[in-house]
Amino acid sequence: MRLRTAAIIALPVAFLGYFFVYPLATILLTGLNSGDAGSAFAAVVTDPILRSVAWFTLWQAVASTVLTFAVGLPAAYVFARYSFPGRSVFRALTLVPFVLPTLAVATAMLALLGPTSPFGIDLRGTVWIILIAHVFYNLAIVIRGVGSFWEHIDPSIERAARVLGASRIRTFLEVTLPLLRPAILSAAALVFLFTFTSFGVVLVLGDLSHTTIEVEIWRQTTSFRRLDIAAALAIFQLVGVGLILFAYSRASQVRQLQLPYRPSGETLRRPRTAGERWFVGGTLAVLAVIVVIPIAVLVGKSLTTATGFGFENYTSLFTPTLGVTAPNAIGNTLRFAIPAVLIATLIGMLAAVSIAYERGRIGRVFDTMLMLPLGASAVMIGFGFLVALDEPIDLRTSVILIPIAHSLVAIPFIVRSTVPAMRSIQHRLREAAAVLGTSPAVVWREIDLPIISRAVAVGAAFAFAISVREFGATAFIVRRTSTTIPVAIFRLLGRPGSFGRAMALSVMLMGLAAIAALAVEALRGATTGDI
Amino acid sequence: MNPRATSAIAAAALLMAACSSTPDTSEVVLMTHDSFLVSEEVLSEFTEDTGITVVLLQAGDAGAMVNRAILTKDHPLADVLYGVDNTFLSLALSEGLFIPYRSTEIDRVPAELRDTEDRVTPIDFGDVCLNTDIAGLAALDIDPPATLRDLTEPAYAGLLVVEDPSTSSPGLAFLLATIDTFGEEGDYTWRDYWRDLVANDVRITPGWEAAYNLEFSGGSGVGTRPIVVSYATSPPAEVFFGDLDEAPTSVVTAGCFRQIEYAGILAGTSNEQGARLLVDYLLSLRFQEDIPLNMFVFPANRDAALPDVFVEHATVPDNPVTMDPDRIDQNRDRWIAEWAAIVR
Repeated sequence: MRLRTAAIIALPVAFLGYFFVYPLATILLTGLNSGDAGSAFAAVVTDPILRSVAWFTLWQAVASTVLTFAVGLPAAYVFARYSFPGRSVFRALTLVPFVLPTLAVATAMLALLGPTSPFGIDLRGTVWIILIAHVFYNLAIVIRGVGSFWEHIDPSIERAARVLGASRIRTFLEVTLPLLRPAILSAAALVFLFTFTSFGVVLVLGDLSHTTIEVEIWRQTTSFRRLDIAAALAIFQLVGVGLILFAYSRASQVRQLQLPYRPSGETLRRPRTAGERWFVGGTLAVLAVIVVIPIAVLVGKSLTTATGFGFENYTSLFTPTLGVTAPNAIGNTLRFAIPAVLIATLIGMLAAVSIAYERGRIGRVFDTMLMLPLGASAVMIGFGFLVALDEPIDLRTSVILIPIAHSLVAIPFIVRSTVPAMRSIQHRLREAAAVLGTSPAVVWREIDLPIISRAVAVGAAFAFAISVREFGATAFIVRRTSTTIPVAIFRLLGRPGSFGRAMALSVMLMGLAAIAALAVEALRGATTGDI
Repeated sequence: MNPRATSAIAAAALLMAACSSTPDTSEVVLMTHDSFLVSEEVLSEFTEDTGITVVLLQAGDAGAMVNRAILTKDHPLADVLYGVDNTFLSLALSEGLFIPYRSTEIDRVPAELRDTEDRVTPIDFGDVCLNTDIAGLAALDIDPPATLRDLTEPAYAGLLVVEDPSTSSPGLAFLLATIDTFGEEGDYTWRDYWRDLVANDVRITPGWEAAYNLEFSGGSGVGTRPIVVSYATSPPAEVFFGDLDEAPTSVVTAGCFRQIEYAGILAGTSNEQGARLLVDYLLSLRFQEDIPLNMFVFPANRDAALPDVFVEHATVPDNPVTMDPDRIDQNRDRWIAEWAAIVR
């Protein structure tokens, strides 16, 4: 068994070693050696500006995570327990913000919370606009990550508690919450890491007094050419992430309950009482304000033309403007997204198998290591590729590097969504099959795979969205020019007079994300009967 | 996942990795910044003429590109680098990034754009200038500013948006224009000027994209401020992409900063002959006349014909600020740090 685990773990370890640890270590050493390492660390610790950057980075990440859960957890519950008209479409919509380029999100946020706000509130220059943008972006992680786990928990456990006299609140705190614990911890870790290393949102919506370590690393490398200070900052960032991940790892160490697993269709019901209807309606209304209104703003801008309203911005995307056409941009994006999803799924599943079935310390350490790419500086990884990947095969400008950079960010999503599902599979099922003489491979295919495939589908949707948005180090590598959708949007926004076209292309990007999310919904529905 | 699918994906991934290119003389690699754009047929004509394919690399904005070229100078990513401007030129030269080359076309370039030692070849130039929203200022009954100093008047309070010089190339150009205009010493230095701008509620964005599209009220901008740091060629771009007859924005010709973009052959190139041919081609009329409507800057070759929209709507300021690249390189970090301390 140990040998088998080693064989399964080998590919993910090699992949992360070569494409994450090696480039990052190389650039950090190069950076520290470019100056005096001691004084670089001293500068970071003593400089009041850098200290305030570090403090701001930490507290805005905590605040963003708490706020995202405040909105996302009730929504996850509603989607997990109630059926109502438009449920799948609504759920699919929550993934849409995740793919948007920063400038598109900034456009929506400034339209709603800037100088021309219809609500009369101008939040520019405050931390609130950053926090709200973070909630808008990361809501999907909570709704989908926790929700997909929640809907498989048998509601009769909660009902039993209620029958035995527990109040609703006590049932939630003492029954539901402990059951959800692994999924909640996973989602919290992901949201925290994303916001802790936030770059684009903070760069566009923040200012000099609201800036993260990641933005400061970018400034130090590109503007001041202080690779030594940047390396010291990146190490502090990594230490912070390491501490958080250590706490996460300890917290998720509790014994995993073997849950009676229920297909999602069986746990859904219509809201019955007036109270339930109010709760469902109210939660959806909050979600609509936070997700649907900003999306509607972008759609509105895409339909605004010089002469009024119309589809000119869309139709003009079918004849080349600045070398951009919509079909071409979508095709280029898919050319990276499909390999990225395949690589992330392959590596992520192998990693998840070894984590879920390896109960000892190795599995836990590896689990934590896998999350590190989310919390490490994408700016430095991008530089790391340049200094490390020239030998033996020069991969620095190879097209394969782009899906690989995407999958570094996407793998944790596959792992996080898969491991809780794998661990929840009852040993008794497997043992029963083994007693009946079924081979381990067949047991895996017939019992584990149907359950796991749903969880993988959730992770794969995120992997797709991460690739479509070109998340992570991709923005910081040297690449062969290929007009993907984010590149095209940036180019259109980079010349006066093409704002409407950029908005139209952003709306198409959202459409692509919605289609992917709906496809996942359909896939999940289709496999429900396997159990 | 079944084992056969697993191994198929692994094999495909390895195959793709193995297919990454190895340098040869039938290919020349051109590294540029993200704003670079050329019509496809222009590059394919070069291939038809010479048998050499051009591979384009995009390497971030101008500053990021130079930094990446420096980081990889022992084992360069490309044969030619295009888009290093006068604000980063000294840094690139002091790092010894380039092999000198005197292009066969260089005599068609005005002397004031050229590098005296031909270490780099000028390809285009443009002016960073204040742009105004014509209708927006008229509605407020305010005249466009005639000088940079005007912007500190109470009438202009809350009207200006500029870019952060530590993250934006036009932002740096504007800072340099204010330093050149007001000087480092005297009764009223550039520091005093920026303090007054801050007191007059200047808005600072990280990049041109956010400033022009999201804060500026003119043209395609959806913001509220009628004055922005942009380019002298922004009005013709508004006319061209908006399919308009008249430009909705106008250029303030005082306090403009001239950016000159150069191409250079990277030391360590494995195809110097191809690199030379490409630099010559970048200065040829075919490429030069393709520049204005793609990158919205002026061609360096004085014989290149300008498109009508440039002739009718572009402004060329009479006396743009120019600054010695060495002076920029020696002071840039200090200036940006001082600027940040003032506006923070």
